Amino acid sequence: MSDGYQLFMSPQMAERIRSHGAETFPHECCGALLGRDPAFDEKSAGPREVVELFRLVNRRDDSPRNRFAVTPQDVLDAEKAARAHGLDVIGWYHSHPDHPARPSQFDREHAWPWYSYVIVSVMNGAPAEMTSWRLNDDRQDYSPERIEIRSGAAV
Amino acid sequence: MAVKVIIPTPLRPYAAKKESAEVTAQTVGEALGSLTTQFAELRKHLFTDEGKLRSFVNVYLNDEDIRYMAREATPVKDGDVVSIVPSIAGGVERTGRSMNKAGANGE
Repeated sequence: MSDGYQLFMSPQMAERIRSHGAETFPHECCGALLGRDPAFDEKSAGPREVVELFRLVNRRDDSPRNRFAVTPQDVLDAEKAARAHGLDVIGWYHSHPDHPARPSQFDREHAWPWYSYVIVSVMNGAPAEMTSWRLNDDRQDYSPERIEIRSGAAV
Repeated sequence: MAVKVIIPTPLRPYAAKKESAEVTAQTVGEALGSLTTQFAELRKHLFTDEGKLRSFVNVYLNDEDIRYMAREATPVKDGDVVSIVPSIAGGVERTGRSMNKAGANGE
């Protein structure tokens, strides 16, 4: 199944990702998407949904305008925060300052399957398009994941 | 030695959805090898074609990164916990090259 992916989030959650991107412009922002996925959460029969964000600091001090990275400890902290809320880390978000919201070759080489990768384009400091992607099993390309903004999303 | 290996969410689909697995091993490398014997689909996500641990795979023994110990040769003892921690990074292309021809999806 390479298409038909959907990622639900509330308008507030979407706005928080956009704001983070604007805040760190012209540097890339990054953070973890905490939420539920029906594959691992038997209580959740619904779609994959972002319920909370875990902001992280971009550790790429050498080239923060076009790269982001977080430390393994950041990843462990995000997983711990997710567990504390009864959630999983279902993906990651980052911004592309003055670039489109499309995964790069560099993104692909560092991506993992299953995770949702949300990218927000920030043009001249203003948040623009926001997209989400999932790496295919063969690691060769991404499939787009439709972001569904809905007010009733869990908070 | 009986050790527990913690499997991160992106790899669980390749490990019968399990959060962890019990394996018998003398070293961290053996523990990971045993894990990929149990779950063959995991191998390509953890190791390169040459059998080296991928650079974006971090492995912790209890609370220590094995890069600061003896890496995959780090010995394990009964009750140890080996955690596979995904390395998370990305960024835009300086060349402006885009990976994907698919159209925007979106909000």
